[in-house]
Amino acid sequence: MPKTLRFVFGRTEAALGAAIVITAIVLSLSSPYFLTVANLVDLVEAYSVTTILAAGVFVVLVSGGIDISFTATASAAQYLAAYLIVSRGVPAVSALALAALLGIALGSINALLTYHLRVVSIIVTIATSSIYYALLIYFTDAQEIYNLPDWWSNGVSFFRTETAAGDIVRITLPIVVMIAVLALTHQLMNRSRIGRQVYAFGGNPEAASRVGINILKVQLFAYGYLGLLAAIAGFIQAGRVHQAVPTAMNGQELNVLAVAILGGASLVGGIGSTGGVILGVLFLAMLQNGLNLLGVSSYFFGVVTGLAILASITMTGLAEKYARRRRVTRTG
Amino acid sequence: MAEPTPEVHVPLRGLMGELDKFLATLRQGGFGIGGLLLILIALVAVFSLFEPTTFPRATTLQAMMFQLPELGLLSLAMAIPLISGGINLAIIATANAAGLLMAYILTALMPPETQGGALVLWMMGAFAAGLLLCLAIGAVTGLMVAVLGVHPILVTLGTMTLLHGCSIYFTRGRTLSGFPDALIQISNDTVLGVPISFFVFVVVAALVHLLLTRTALGVRIHMIGSNLEATRFSGVDTRRVLVSVYVLSSLLCFLAAIVMMARFNSAGADIAGSYLLITILAAILGGIDPYGGFGRISGLFVALWILQTIASGFNLMNLSPHLALASWGFILLLVMGVKRFRISWNARPRTERPKA
Repeated sequence: MPKTLRFVFGRTEAALGAAIVITAIVLSLSSPYFLTVANLVDLVEAYSVTTILAAGVFVVLVSGGIDISFTATASAAQYLAAYLIVSRGVPAVSALALAALLGIALGSINALLTYHLRVVSIIVTIATSSIYYALLIYFTDAQEIYNLPDWWSNGVSFFRTETAAGDIVRITLPIVVMIAVLALTHQLMNRSRIGRQVYAFGGNPEAASRVGINILKVQLFAYGYLGLLAAIAGFIQAGRVHQAVPTAMNGQELNVLAVAILGGASLVGGIGSTGGVILGVLFLAMLQNGLNLLGVSSYFFGVVTGLAILASITMTGLAEKYARRRRVTRTG
Repeated sequence: MAEPTPEVHVPLRGLMGELDKFLATLRQGGFGIGGLLLILIALVAVFSLFEPTTFPRATTLQAMMFQLPELGLLSLAMAIPLISGGINLAIIATANAAGLLMAYILTALMPPETQGGALVLWMMGAFAAGLLLCLAIGAVTGLMVAVLGVHPILVTLGTMTLLHGCSIYFTRGRTLSGFPDALIQISNDTVLGVPISFFVFVVVAALVHLLLTRTALGVRIHMIGSNLEATRFSGVDTRRVLVSVYVLSSLLCFLAAIVMMARFNSAGADIAGSYLLITILAAILGGIDPYGGFGRISGLFVALWILQTIASGFNLMNLSPHLALASWGFILLLVMGVKRFRISWNARPRTERPKA
């Protein structure tokens, strides 16, 4: 393969970046509304929950695991916070802290079970997700909590302006939290000791444990961090829909997983970047937004997402195959 | 020179020997069908104790037989890829896509008052269309797994999203219903008190069992599950085996689609979505190794009965179905825990061997 092509196909992030640029150009040419600040900010806010979840899933994927239970964790934390604040009158800060702790605890249970049972994490988290969900719905009777406090359901605007076209642009809490989460994840995974250990463990668990990395600690971090982010995503999601619903995110887990994988995180572990997660979400968000702006039925979105995932894995698959073939011919 | 064989167990004759073999299997960490049967018997005993008037009844058994087939067929569709070291996340999406295609032919294309021979022809045509669709889905999935070498989780996550997307697009989220009575009868009629759909499931499960244990393809599926590269180097066309795995899985989805259409009298994009993770749960509970290579259909069969017994028992005790779901998860973790405990107990450092 020519060098430039290899560059594009070799790294998922680069290929995805190219696809995003092309999509953006096509969309801005066909719809004047696409490249407006108002549209882009709306887009970011609409995808804030998915992005936060995908950032957490990305950490677990890098550690070589999979988590299916995070939507259950998000719903549980969201509900606990809403219940404490609305029904018990607990101060918001302590309620949110307690709910975040619940998220970390539920994630840590996954880590402990995966570590001690020595079972693939997908099996453990399928079991725990059915337990978490079932207990949540049993104890809450699937009752929604409507009357969330004003700051939660109407959101806090940090910045508000009106564009020349008359659209109101608001930088809201979800956007700020999402950016903070992404920055934190990036720093943790690239600059902190534990983050690098997650990469090392995901890349080669045996080697990582031989050089003295505490495997349990790495797994507790990865799943606990996802639990925390799931709780945060749960708070944001409740605010966006103005209510806490126990089943709100049921069935979303595989979609979020698909987003993280689209962004280049590998199921084998040890590979992936926060940038890739952002690009993965951005690509899907732009496709959906573009289809809406072009007047294509929103029912078509699943087809496009499926094709995007299949195209992405086909490209990575082919790239790896060529890389392997080149290695073989060079050495053999 | 031969190594001195380590003393495993003293071979005894007759019953003692059998007992010894059984204990040896238990010690080796196998949580075989025996353990599962024990759980099943214990569950039946407990439910019979708590609900003596309603649970141990033929009607309960019949109700369970009505409910088991669709989850059973879908679990078989999941089990074959799992044994091959893969997974098929698209089983529900495949079944629903096939169901929708067949439903479309039978409700929109077929004239409403079709009777007799014409009806049979229409139904055969609809089934053939569904079958072809499933064959195509299976072949494409298998080819992508085999040729690209991408992990099946990724491939089937993609096919799942695509198929579900297509179903949503064509139905606009609505369901199709109003099928010919002949189709509904598959799920409602009984022979000697046993539902036809249950017969279908048992026959199919037996066939899958025979295929996996008695045919060359079955052995190869186990082999690629244990070690794909080693199997390839031993001269097996692993690509062909992989394609067969996903074609077989999709064929079972086709059968599940017919049973589901008949039972729910409707087809839609989101029917039985919650079954996806439960089929994995059932397969793993049934002793199928999530890393591939090992697993028996008999274990899966007992595991399905365990799940169904819990569901029916909780229902009769007026307990929430959500509690049944939670206890399914607990039982899976319990079985995993017992397995793990056996393995570490077996591998514990021993300074002296206890004499039996």
